[in-house]
Amino acid sequence: MNKLYEKYIKTDSLPTLFCPGCGNGIIQIAAMEAMEKLGVKDDIACVSGIGCSSWIPCYYKLDVMHTMHGRALAFAEGLKLARPDKKIMVFTGDGDCLAIGGNHLLHAAGRNIDLTVVMANNYIYGMTGGQKSPSTPKGSVTKTSPFGSIDEPVDGCKLVMALGASYVARWTTAHPVQLAKSIAEGIEHKGFSFIEVLTQCPVQAGKNVYGEKDPSAIMQKYKENTYLFKEDKEPEPGKTPIGVFRNDDKAEEYIEKIERKLKEQGIERG
Amino acid sequence: MEKRQSAGKEVVLQGNEACAKGALYAGCRFFAGYPITPSTEIIEMMSGEMLKSGGAFIQMEDEIGSACAIIGARWGGKKAMTATSGPGYTLMQEAIGFAAVTETPIVIVNVQRGGPSTGQPTLSSQQDIYQARYGSHGDYGIIVLSPSSVQEMYDFTVRAFELAEQFRTPVILLADEVIGHMREKIVVEDGSKNIKSAKQKYVVSPQADFFMGENSLVEGQLHDSMGRRIGHIATKSGEFINNINKKINDNINVIADIDTYFMEDANVAIVAYGSVVRPSMNAVKLARGIKDDRIIPKFRIFRDLFKKGVQETIQTDYSHLQVGLVKINTVWPFPEELLKEATKDVDIVIVPEMNIGKYCREVERALKDKTVIPMSKCGGDIHTPSEILDEILKEVGVDE
Repeated sequence: MNKLYEKYIKTDSLPTLFCPGCGNGIIQIAAMEAMEKLGVKDDIACVSGIGCSSWIPCYYKLDVMHTMHGRALAFAEGLKLARPDKKIMVFTGDGDCLAIGGNHLLHAAGRNIDLTVVMANNYIYGMTGGQKSPSTPKGSVTKTSPFGSIDEPVDGCKLVMALGASYVARWTTAHPVQLAKSIAEGIEHKGFSFIEVLTQCPVQAGKNVYGEKDPSAIMQKYKENTYLFKEDKEPEPGKTPIGVFRNDDKAEEYIEKIERKLKEQGIERG
Repeated sequence: MEKRQSAGKEVVLQGNEACAKGALYAGCRFFAGYPITPSTEIIEMMSGEMLKSGGAFIQMEDEIGSACAIIGARWGGKKAMTATSGPGYTLMQEAIGFAAVTETPIVIVNVQRGGPSTGQPTLSSQQDIYQARYGSHGDYGIIVLSPSSVQEMYDFTVRAFELAEQFRTPVILLADEVIGHMREKIVVEDGSKNIKSAKQKYVVSPQADFFMGENSLVEGQLHDSMGRRIGHIATKSGEFINNINKKINDNINVIADIDTYFMEDANVAIVAYGSVVRPSMNAVKLARGIKDDRIIPKFRIFRDLFKKGVQETIQTDYSHLQVGLVKINTVWPFPEELLKEATKDVDIVIVPEMNIGKYCREVERALKDKTVIPMSKCGGDIHTPSEILDEILKEVGVDE
């Protein structure tokens, strides 16, 4: 077995409950690589919500909180405020983060609180069997949009950027090296880091949503249908931008703001 | 329950302020909340006090987020509390179930207002008595304390933290608007109490606080002692459910607490909890002809109204009634044995409540051989002493 696996994965909890061809394993490894690169294993805890992607950290040899649907960020904010000296990584999915957890996302991003959020976006509710999610592309046929989805998909990256998240990136499971690098940058970054990962769900979304059911073909599409974002580069119509959209080291973090206020007003902390 | 021993400092506080002071004394160093009437004074006070005492405070975007944040903070090693009312308490229910299943010691204060829905933001009720016990989906054990004075807002908040840590469970402080907004002189302690967590004794699946190097897995699905999911295995899941209920129910003798007044020779007992204890106590005193200057209001307009009420009451002869009071401090788990023992010599039990008569059902179930009379009052007004006495007379009969 891979040395990284031995160090980070509870082998007695295997196999994972991910379906064959699922992209979550790639995200699981990328996050392990990021933690290993930074050497933060003893100083990081994970929090997740409900959904397939929220099972990612449950196999880690780390302190992990597998919480309620949509509420991972609220739990993580409490944990972070209790232990500001530690790093907290949040695993969530498109439904967990953008639908039921949308309110918490708005406010956590707005606070610019020091969390690293990895949002696995497979465009579908996988665990419940393939229903439309907030990011499902318009027109997609799913179990709850039998005539094609009519809702405008939510762009999580644009949303958190508008609210003041200070590190924002998007990659896909076809970009595992870049993804690991971004997660490491997110962990190191002091502030709200949001890393979206387009990941395949060949079983529940497959042909209806991606037009392909073979996992490697879906990943190939990720390569073809994305372009690397650069400030001075024109957007490519019909393609999804990937890359680091924002990395702002100057933005003041939430706990720093609290400490500054107390200092300004000369309030002693007991 | 261990009663107050040490003599602290005397202060005049509002119930909600006393709750915040009690939390500080109990070592609470994290508060997350969302403003809602009639509990708002607690979050207001905690917003400054938490930061000044070296703790953390966050005003969350909603109540469910507040309940989740305090659970997160508790796993980060900070004693944590939130406070809410009515709709906010309903919104927290999913997180209360999560705290029960993950055995997270947290304190949630519900200063009850009238419901359902937006209901009556500024008036009192005891309508959440069942929600406090059974509010979250699924079967779980929980501890609920019901204060009936400002002193008890302080004392029971401290007690809530002790019980939460001892039994690794969420504890609900089920107050109501009357107690939350009332001002009384109380005794508060200096400094901070060192409440230790009894980790192993009452824990079904022990997990260490985070960052202790123990790789804790805090899991909302039913789980084994390592936190691994067992929700798909019926036998193990059944055992888990039984155990998280048993750890509360089997320790009722440690948790349950009632007080009795004038029960030695009583043939009628009033069983009350929360603010309704107060008119119940006054009813007992009126029935027994005990003069209590403390219950006479200071302002003339109220004093006149009060005298009128007393005169009306005094016109009726209650001397044949031997009324006692059983005050329930820990409403859940239901203190069945203590209640049975306290009421063993009475024939009639009357249960005044500011709801449709809910706790009364539990009392009826426990005291099958007695006449148990519900005395429901809805709308936001608390029972008056003479109303309670008249209800007793109706049952006992004037000519008896």
